[in-house]
Amino acid sequence: MSNNTDKSSIKSRTASITRATDLPKPTRKTHKGLNISEDQLLELYESMYLQRRFEERSMQMYQKGKFGGFLHLYIGQEAVSTGSAFALNDDDDLITAYRDHGHGLVKGITPKKAMAELFGKKDGCSRGKGGSMHYFDTEKHMWGGHGIVGAHLPLAAGIAFANKYKENDRVTICFFGDGAVDQGSLNESFNLAQLWKLPVIYVVENNGYSMGTAVHRHSAGKLADRAIPYGMKYGVVNGMDLFSVIEKVSEVAEYVRETQEPYFLEIVTYRYRGHSMSDPANYRTKEELEEYKKIDPIERLKTYILEKDIAKEKDLEAINEKVEEVVLEAVEFADNNDFPDEEELYQDIYADDDFPYLT
Amino acid sequence: MAQKQFREVIRDAIREEMERDDDVFIMGEEVAEYNGAYKATQGLLDQFGDMRVLDTPISELGFAGLGVGAAMNGLRPIVEFMTFNFALVGVDQIINNAAKIRYMSGGQVKIPIVFRGPNASAGQLSATHSTAFESFYAHFPGLITIHPSEPYDAKGLLKAAIRNDNPVIFLESEQMYGMKQEVPDEEYVLPIGEAKIKREGKDVTVVADGKMYHVAKQAAEQLAKDGVEVELIDPRTIKPFDMKTVIESVKKTNRCVVVDESHPFGGVAAEVGFQIQREAFDYLDAPVQRVTLPDVPAPFSKKLFDLWLPGPKNVIDAVNAVTYRS
Repeated sequence: MSNNTDKSSIKSRTASITRATDLPKPTRKTHKGLNISEDQLLELYESMYLQRRFEERSMQMYQKGKFGGFLHLYIGQEAVSTGSAFALNDDDDLITAYRDHGHGLVKGITPKKAMAELFGKKDGCSRGKGGSMHYFDTEKHMWGGHGIVGAHLPLAAGIAFANKYKENDRVTICFFGDGAVDQGSLNESFNLAQLWKLPVIYVVENNGYSMGTAVHRHSAGKLADRAIPYGMKYGVVNGMDLFSVIEKVSEVAEYVRETQEPYFLEIVTYRYRGHSMSDPANYRTKEELEEYKKIDPIERLKTYILEKDIAKEKDLEAINEKVEEVVLEAVEFADNNDFPDEEELYQDIYADDDFPYLT
Repeated sequence: MAQKQFREVIRDAIREEMERDDDVFIMGEEVAEYNGAYKATQGLLDQFGDMRVLDTPISELGFAGLGVGAAMNGLRPIVEFMTFNFALVGVDQIINNAAKIRYMSGGQVKIPIVFRGPNASAGQLSATHSTAFESFYAHFPGLITIHPSEPYDAKGLLKAAIRNDNPVIFLESEQMYGMKQEVPDEEYVLPIGEAKIKREGKDVTVVADGKMYHVAKQAAEQLAKDGVEVELIDPRTIKPFDMKTVIESVKKTNRCVVVDESHPFGGVAAEVGFQIQREAFDYLDAPVQRVTLPDVPAPFSKKLFDLWLPGPKNVIDAVNAVTYRS
C-alpha cells in the first residue's frame, strides 16, 4: 500500500461502487421450459414472500425488544434458498451459516417453530438453545445454522460422506457467505470432497460483502475459481432471479447425484439489510441498494406471473394476506410460548440423561 | 490371557468394534497403507477396505470436521490424530462443532465420534510436540475425555468409547505403545467414568492418570520400602471424573497428592484438589499437594527436559510433604 493512501481514500473507493458484484445474465427459460407448473409457481412466490415477511416481522420484534442476541437477515437473497430447495429433493441434506432463516423455512421448519426459536422459547426449532443462528430440523434434513464462518464446510463433507457410505443417493448442499471463501476450512473441505468424490454442492452466496468488507477487498481472484486447483466443477449464476437458480441447481444436483462428485456454485445475490441488526451499512451507497431493489427477486417473479397471466393481482394479494396471517400467528405463538424449563439448562449436552455434571 | 502391547490392544479394540458395527470407520494420517504412524491400525486396511480405513491428507481441520459431519449423519467415526498436538489446527471442529452442536440443536443431533491418538510429551520433541491436553478437553461440556495408563484399561475403554453416543477424546501416549500387560482373550468393555484403585494403602492417596500413573507407581514402590503405604488411584476417565472413589480414599488416608501431566493452572490436579477440600475438608491432615508440569513449555535440551517432566522423586517429595516426613 502506498504511503499516500489513508483511510479516507479507502472509504471513498468503496463507496464509489454502484454494484458490489457482477450479476450473470438471468436464464431466458420460462417456467414451462423449466418444468415448473403454474401451481408450483404460485407456491414459490408464496415461499419467497413468507421468508421476506417473516424476517421483516422478526426485525420488528427484535426492535421491540422481544428477543436479544444476533439477528442476521436474509432479505434480498430469497431466490437462492427457494430455488435451491425446489431443485433438490426433500430428503437431500442442507447445511448453512448463520443467515439461516430462509433456508430453515424452505426446508420445512414451520414459521411458528422458527419464530419461537428467535424468541428463545421451548417450542423453537432448536428448543430455544440455538437461537437465530442455529436453526435445526434434522427430520427435515436441515442440519443447522452455524455461527463460526466456514466451520460447517467440513461438516457438509462429512454428511455427504455418510450418504455415500450408506449409498442412499442423497445430495448435500452447503451454503456459506463470500466471507467464508477466505477461510482455510474451504481449502481443506474442497480438497477432501474432490479427493474422496463426495456428493456435496458447495454454494457461496456472494452478496457482495463479508460483513462490511466488499468482496474485492477481502478475496483475491474470482470466488468461483477457488474450485479450479482441485479440479472441481464450478459455475456462477444470477441469484436475484429464481428461475436461474432453479435451472442451475437442478443441473448441478443431477451432476452430483450421478457422478457422486462435488460441485462449487457461486450464486451472486445481495442482502438489503446490514450484516446484522447493529450494522447501519455505511460501507455501501444508497444508490447501490436501490440498484438491487430494482431487480428484487420477489417483484421479478410477481411481474412474470402477472405478465404471463398465470394469476391476477388480486390472487397474489390473497397469497400475501395469507402469508401475513401466518407470520402474525407465528409471532403470537412465539410470544405466548413458554421459555424452556430450568431443567433444560442441563439437558441435550450429552446423549445420556444422567451425566454427572461437576458443580 | 495374553501379554499384549498397548498398540495391539488399541488395534484389537478398533477391529472388534468394526467387525461388530458396519457404521464404524477409521480415518487419519497414515492409518491405512502405512499401517499407522505407531502401527496402531496395522492390518485394518486389508481387513476392511478403503471405504472404512481412510488415509487423510495432513488436514486436521478438514478431516476432524468431516468426521463430525459423518457422525451427525449416522456413522460412528474414529478419527486418529498422529498426535493431539496436531489437532490444534482443527480444534474448532472439536470444541465448537463436536461438543456443542447437540446442545444448540436442542438434542436433535447425536455425535458418536472418537478422536484418538497420542497425548503429552514423548521425549525431546520440544514445545509444540509435547502438550498434554487432558485438562483442556475436559474443560468443555459436551466431550468425554479418557486417559488410560495401561493396555487392559485402554482396550475396554476404547471399545466403550466407540459404542458411546457422545464425542470422546481418547488420549494415548507414544511412550506407552510398547508397554505390555495381560489382557483377557474374551471380549470385555469397561465402564467410562470409573476410577480404579490400583494399589491399596492407608497412609496417603495418590491420584495419577496416563503416563503419570507409571511415575506415581514407581514412587509408591519406593515409598513402600520406607514404610509409607500409598493408595494409588488411576482415574482412567478424566471426564466424567470419578470423584467418589477419590473422596472415599481421602477420607481413609486423610492425605492426598495429585499427579498430572497438565500445566498447573486449571489442570486436572487443580480441579481434584478443589473437590477434595470441599468434600473432605474435615478429613484432611495436610493440604493437598500436586505434581504437575511447571508453567513453562517443554524445553528441548535433555537436561532441561528431565527437569521439566515430573518423575518419581517429585511424587515422593509431595508425599513426604503431606505426611510431614520432610
